[in-house]
Amino acid sequence: MTPDRDAVARGSNDAAAIVADGLEKKFEATVALAGVSFAVRRSELFGFIGPDGAGKTTLFRILATLMVPDRGRARVLGLDVVSDLWKLRTRVGYMPGRFSLYPDLSVAENLQFFAAVFGTTVEREYAQIAPIYSQLEPFRDRRAGALSGGMKQKLALCCALVHRPEVLFLDEPTTGVDAVSRREFWELLGRLKAAGLTIVVSTPYMDEANRCDRVALIQRGRLLALDTPDAIARGFDRPLFAVHAGNRYQSLLALRRRPHTHQVYPFGESLHYTDSRSDATPDQIQRELADYLRGEGFDAVNVALTDPTVEDTFMARMGDA
Amino acid sequence: MTSGPAIEAADLTRTFGAFVAVDHITFDVKPGEVFGFLGANGAGKTTAIRMLTGLLAPTGGTARVAGHDVYTESEAIKRDIGYMSQRFSLYEDLTVWENIRLYGGIYDLPPKEIRKRAEAMLARLGLEHARSQPVRLLPLGWRQKLALSVALVHRPRIVFLDEPTSGVDPVTRRQFWELIYETAAGGTTVLVTTHYMDEAEYCDRISIMVAGRIGAMGAPGALKKDFSVPSIDELFVRMARPTEARS
Repeated sequence: MTPDRDAVARGSNDAAAIVADGLEKKFEATVALAGVSFAVRRSELFGFIGPDGAGKTTLFRILATLMVPDRGRARVLGLDVVSDLWKLRTRVGYMPGRFSLYPDLSVAENLQFFAAVFGTTVEREYAQIAPIYSQLEPFRDRRAGALSGGMKQKLALCCALVHRPEVLFLDEPTTGVDAVSRREFWELLGRLKAAGLTIVVSTPYMDEANRCDRVALIQRGRLLALDTPDAIARGFDRPLFAVHAGNRYQSLLALRRRPHTHQVYPFGESLHYTDSRSDATPDQIQRELADYLRGEGFDAVNVALTDPTVEDTFMARMGDA
Repeated sequence: MTSGPAIEAADLTRTFGAFVAVDHITFDVKPGEVFGFLGANGAGKTTAIRMLTGLLAPTGGTARVAGHDVYTESEAIKRDIGYMSQRFSLYEDLTVWENIRLYGGIYDLPPKEIRKRAEAMLARLGLEHARSQPVRLLPLGWRQKLALSVALVHRPRIVFLDEPTSGVDPVTRRQFWELIYETAAGGTTVLVTTHYMDEAEYCDRISIMVAGRIGAMGAPGALKKDFSVPSIDELFVRMARPTEARS
């Protein structure tokens, strides 16, 4: 299965907000992107899920016209990211991963600055940013550098939105932010999407995949998979078992010693287990696992089939890559 | 001294002017326990950890860490604990070997002992080939594993891990957690903060701080049952935003 090709084929129609074809980028000996192709539809909330160093930031910079690829090409809103850069730049918004507002300017001043750069004013664009800016207004005179992490993130989003872009690139907006602020941020993105904005977002948190319409799993400059979060989870190709057996670390080590173990790893409150045999039925595996653990002296053993998640698929594909 | 709790805090409090950052928190952590110390940004976690690591004097209550009083024995505490954070741990321009030697030296280990422990550490991590490389050239996942090992070089009774796994892939994150389990199985107490709510479920017990207080504390499974929530993520959000129904 080559999801990249399919995506390009699907993206060749008018509905595509972004089409990337074979993007490559190297920094000296380091390969940041090793041929990345995909398409994003208009008004889609599209996520790139992957760890540090996967190539997410390089990809976002290329799409936001801030960097030129070594090879391959990309069109955003039908415009080439290299040759049409000036036409495109006013139509996309970009929120970099590192906080990049002016820490010594106030909340209001930062916003005025970004509006002015794009030849507009905060007043004229107020409707666009109101749902987010209203939460910041009590702090409008505070220095941006003195805001909390969650507030900084909201201000950066306002600044990326103030010129009313049609496509928004958000590079790891939720990294290092607590679970509550993260959830609020995703709720905001959902509202922006409902208003018609195309949003491309990256995150290292696998559980955030489910907030996106479609996601691409990215690792070492390559896409491991591209689909809806549900389809990616369903693409997991072995029966997956959730195992509980008291002491987690000791049961993990015990399962590692078992000859038929394909993979076993901690997952939430249980261990996730896959078997290396293709000819064993799930019932048989389940029974054998429970017997094995009891035989190893564990009590309160519970083994059950469980639904794979995007994270399970990511780990399985990483192993294949 | 080796019996008794690794950490015991009673009504531990810290104010800054009129602001109560940590408000009468009471909890114990057992030896060899993996304790998740959770809370939203600004809930008081960092202030509490600074008090428990002997860096900040409390303004009220009591706490003993590795048997030492946080008011009067902060130097003894620093000797008996290790500390690692995502933001600062290793010196990036020093080599792997130099980092281990530096930390061994800080904790007054004799040079021979440092050499012995460094060799054992490199062998265990499979990093012998990288001993002369500057740390900044190592992949992030290796830097994190090395940072944890270095934080343990003086064999502390307790190690504090402040968001140790940010940014790495899910496989590397789990390898790191196996190092945590191994550490705890060896008797060292682990206190860990994280923004990954699934990691909260890897802990023996967790506490969730809300506005300076401990809003919930217990084993993850028991907490989920008590609060009738499917996940710690859900509990975390509910504690921090009590008025909002689940989404």
